[in-house]
Amino acid sequence: MNQDRRDFIRKAGIGALAGIGAAAGLIPLFALEKTDLSVFSDKPVPGKTRWGMLVDTRKCGEGCTECIVRCHHDHNVPDFGKSKSEVKWIWKSGYEQAFPTASKQFQSSDLAHRKVLTLCNHCAEPPCTRACPTEATFRRWDGIVSMDYHRCIGCRFCMAACPYGSRSFNWQDPRPALKTLSPAYPTRERGVVEKCNFCSERLAKGQLPACVESCPEKALSFGDLNDPKSEIRMMLASNETMQRKPELGTLPSVFYII
Amino acid sequence: MIEKALKGSRGYWAWVALLLVLIGLGISAYARQMSLGLGVTGMGRDISWGVYIAQFTFLVGVAASAVMVVLPYYLHNQKAFSKIVIVGEFLAVSAALMCMLFILADMGKPQRVLNVLLYPSPHSMVFWDVMVLNGYLFINLISGWAVLGAERKGVPPAPWTRPLIYLSIPWAFSIHTVTAFLFAGLPSRHLWLTAVLAPRFLASAFAAGTALLILITFILKRVAAFDAGQEARSKLAVLSAYAGTANFFFLGTEFFTAFYSNVPAHKQSLQYLFFGLEGHAPFVPWMWLSVITGLVSVGVLMAPSLRRQSNWLIAACTGLVLSIWIDKGVGLVIGGFVPSPLEEIVDYMPTATELSVTLGIWAIGLLVLTVLLKTAIAVKTQE
Repeated sequence: MNQDRRDFIRKAGIGALAGIGAAAGLIPLFALEKTDLSVFSDKPVPGKTRWGMLVDTRKCGEGCTECIVRCHHDHNVPDFGKSKSEVKWIWKSGYEQAFPTASKQFQSSDLAHRKVLTLCNHCAEPPCTRACPTEATFRRWDGIVSMDYHRCIGCRFCMAACPYGSRSFNWQDPRPALKTLSPAYPTRERGVVEKCNFCSERLAKGQLPACVESCPEKALSFGDLNDPKSEIRMMLASNETMQRKPELGTLPSVFYII
Repeated sequence: MIEKALKGSRGYWAWVALLLVLIGLGISAYARQMSLGLGVTGMGRDISWGVYIAQFTFLVGVAASAVMVVLPYYLHNQKAFSKIVIVGEFLAVSAALMCMLFILADMGKPQRVLNVLLYPSPHSMVFWDVMVLNGYLFINLISGWAVLGAERKGVPPAPWTRPLIYLSIPWAFSIHTVTAFLFAGLPSRHLWLTAVLAPRFLASAFAAGTALLILITFILKRVAAFDAGQEARSKLAVLSAYAGTANFFFLGTEFFTAFYSNVPAHKQSLQYLFFGLEGHAPFVPWMWLSVITGLVSVGVLMAPSLRRQSNWLIAACTGLVLSIWIDKGVGLVIGGFVPSPLEEIVDYMPTATELSVTLGIWAIGLLVLTVLLKTAIAVKTQE
């Protein structure tokens, strides 16, 4: 093989590799982990999507924990049975705890006892990603506030910054506290922070988030907030809804019908 | 020069041995924390920072207070501070070192600490804090050591030390401002979300740090027969008194804004700390002890007839350090987490492991300070 041919092959090889790498980085459709949008109503422009959720608290069944059980199983969220080292991605809070600045006087007893599903709000202006010193938590191109468990140094600044208590730290090894191991999502180590990821691993397969899918009352809706024709936007337009602590300017992507 | 720290009396070696024992205790407790996780501390989901971050916050103030001797000596040519300036600089070095160790002890994954430098994130205040704290440690260590080395040889210090010392002055303000910004920029933590936090941090730092420096000169006078001078002490006492006054003024403004505005979120943490909230009042006696001791100490330091007497001066400085240690090293950090974002009140109690690690880090800082000051005094007294 003469020098020119060898050179050509080497350069072509490098060029092809670089091309694939660049395409995966620049064009989300070429990425190895991509969100297949075909199952959703409309195809949003890459980089312009903002996933959001609408929780209809009127439909949410009293005492029902289907979505919590399903989410925590699928994502290998440990259960230590004590609140000090608790790890949780989605849970039920009292109405006043979820909306502490909402009106508190002379409420109907229904509202006073209403349980509200709470999870990471995937804020458009997240204080947690701002506080993170290593970019271990970051806002993705589709609006999801994501975690890199391999980069997190466990400083817990994001926990202090989150106004919603949506972040949990692994105070001890989570693996012994898993009753059944789910192959759907990796387990974590002790010493890192975790939280709801809006099921980005399911969105990549074109599936709805586990909580949305598992709700027997169909109380949860999921879709692209940036698409005016999406189901979630239609519902937001036709219902009176609330976001948690809107006065902080975090612009949560989770909305509530009370 | 460091070899001078290897020659000492029996008392000196007994003190070093005691510190080494405490360091050993701290290391064994830290090994336990490393193998079991941070769950061995009193921290949890709701109170996610505890003693470690609180000690860090207090010690940044101690480090920053070196400026109270560097500034008058180098910028205003106050000869009274000539013997104490190195004590201030070396106190800053050991305090900055302890700050970094406390941050490291608080990390879930300390083995990944270099990620802060590998993925620099200017939007994160932690990134800036790591920068300024490391910078401050080295500025003080290098300039202090170089000036001391020149003094040993009986020559004037190298010309490059001057700009470095001048740089340390604004740098001292920066370390505590950035530390305040760690807290003051977090939405929904209302005890911290206040513009007065940085000024208050500086005021409390200059009060407690200066008082600590005065106490160290008394200790050195007694154990090493090294007197930094009555004049230096009384000048520092005045600085400490005014800084303490400013600190309590700022605390008062916090109370006014919270309770006059009557906004629940602004009041709750202060209520929890000073009066108790919904039956939870673990810090109430401590916080009032802090306020009363602090105010009385400032009063004593303000009175010329009292601060001239060593006993009163020692008592007042001890009181002021204790007061600000409770306020910053306990109340401020833990109080900021109550109530939690979900309106829960969770109490926090440090564990034995956590306290052992804390004690161990203090012992490391004291050992470094001891070695540095031993060297400095040996040079200054030409042993």
